Amino acid sequence: MVQPLDRLVETPSQTAGPYVHIGCIPSFAGVKGIYAEDLGTSPINGTPKGEVITITGSVFDGTGWALRDAMFESWQADAAGKFAGHADADPAVTGFCRFAADKDRGTFTLTTVKPGAVAHRNGAMQAPHISLWIVARGLNNGLQTRIYFNDEDNTDDPLLSRIEQTPRVQTLIARKTGERQYRFDIRLQGDDETVFLDI
Amino acid sequence: MADLGPLVPRNRAAHPVAYDPDYKTSVARSPKWALLSMESTPSEETGPRFGHQVLGEWDNNLIMNYTRGKAAAMGERILLHGRVLDEFGRPVPHTLIELWQANAGGRYRHIKDSYLAPLDPNFGGCGRTITNENGDYEFLTIRPGAYPWQNRGNDWRPMHIHISVFGHSFGQRLITQMYFEGDPLIDKCPIAATIKSRSQLDRLVAPLDMSKSRPLDYLAYKFDIVLRGRRQTMFENKLEGM
Ligand SMILES: [Fe+2]
Repeated sequence: MVQPLDRLVETPSQTAGPYVHIGCIPSFAGVKGIYAEDLGTSPINGTPKGEVITITGSVFDGTGWALRDAMFESWQADAAGKFAGHADADPAVTGFCRFAADKDRGTFTLTTVKPGAVAHRNGAMQAPHISLWIVARGLNNGLQTRIYFNDEDNTDDPLLSRIEQTPRVQTLIARKTGERQYRFDIRLQGDDETVFLDI
Repeated sequence: MADLGPLVPRNRAAHPVAYDPDYKTSVARSPKWALLSMESTPSEETGPRFGHQVLGEWDNNLIMNYTRGKAAAMGERILLHGRVLDEFGRPVPHTLIELWQANAGGRYRHIKDSYLAPLDPNFGGCGRTITNENGDYEFLTIRPGAYPWQNRGNDWRPMHIHISVFGHSFGQRLITQMYFEGDPLIDKCPIAATIKSRSQLDRLVAPLDMSKSRPLDYLAYKFDIVLRGRRQTMFENKLEGM
């Protein structure tokens, strides 16, 4: 026998289901008047330092169909790589945003400040990125991934460097499509399945 | 003081499987390749914080919040309460909890729900609160009804409340569902059955808690939530060899 190890186990996840908007973005579900406003409607307030960009995309299932009922949350640093709560962080950047796939076409849009490189605990730098969390009907666990940018130097990023099959790195990199515009698609299955994270 | 280190890696066996043919929507939506496992970084260890200024007066009272106190929702009145802890048993104070649910007849107030059970004019179906310094939270609501859904020929969801918790790190983010003690539909539900560990599924079933029930007013159910912890040792963050 040994001493009992009094650790607790994490509560298991369950799917957010098709009605996740009622709880997280009530106005999207048509529920109005309970909260003064939805939480996390924008990751910036006022005029942040740096470049304001728009990222659009979709989440595709294994058949190539864009999910109409996905909900996303993003979390990121400001243009100098500081997270909200840090003493030097840009007060115009909350860093958190909640958004939903469009009901008709399944596209999402995130307008935010382009983040700066973020220092890792050991001092190594991570290339600029936005953390993304995806929930939907049929996803039993929320999916974690990251959005990097194809006009940044991603060569030494510690996470991207861990991906053995280097072509898969591209699944985490948003493509610049125009002035301050990027495209980022997520594929749940298939040859170009997005790299999802356990981090 | 010891520094807060990385998040404890997730024990994936404690969670549902991604692919389960009995939950048909998961078939085309479940990633096939292995997840990329890595130690957490500041991007996962930090996260949004929400203060009491986001809360309105009625936010944690789903019986009254849709009418802002004018009229009560229909259904069996319950207090849902519990505590948010991390894997080390430490309370998680000042964290946002959001919930959403069907009304007493099993109908959601959502543009996409067309179940024939009627909407309750006095019930919206969402609420939120922030845990106190001990990690405790409370909601007043009604017990939601079971409802049928398109899956196999005749599938019904057990009575359940959807719950979203933030913790203090983006990597702790969790959405789950709580079920009610004694509901025979739990063992017939393909969504509940995506959790393959019986003891883990049992942790989503809230017991009736008469000690918190208010006579002649409401019953009570207790639902504790455990989030990922962060390592905290005297050796964390020290350079190798020091
Ligand atoms: Fe539900």
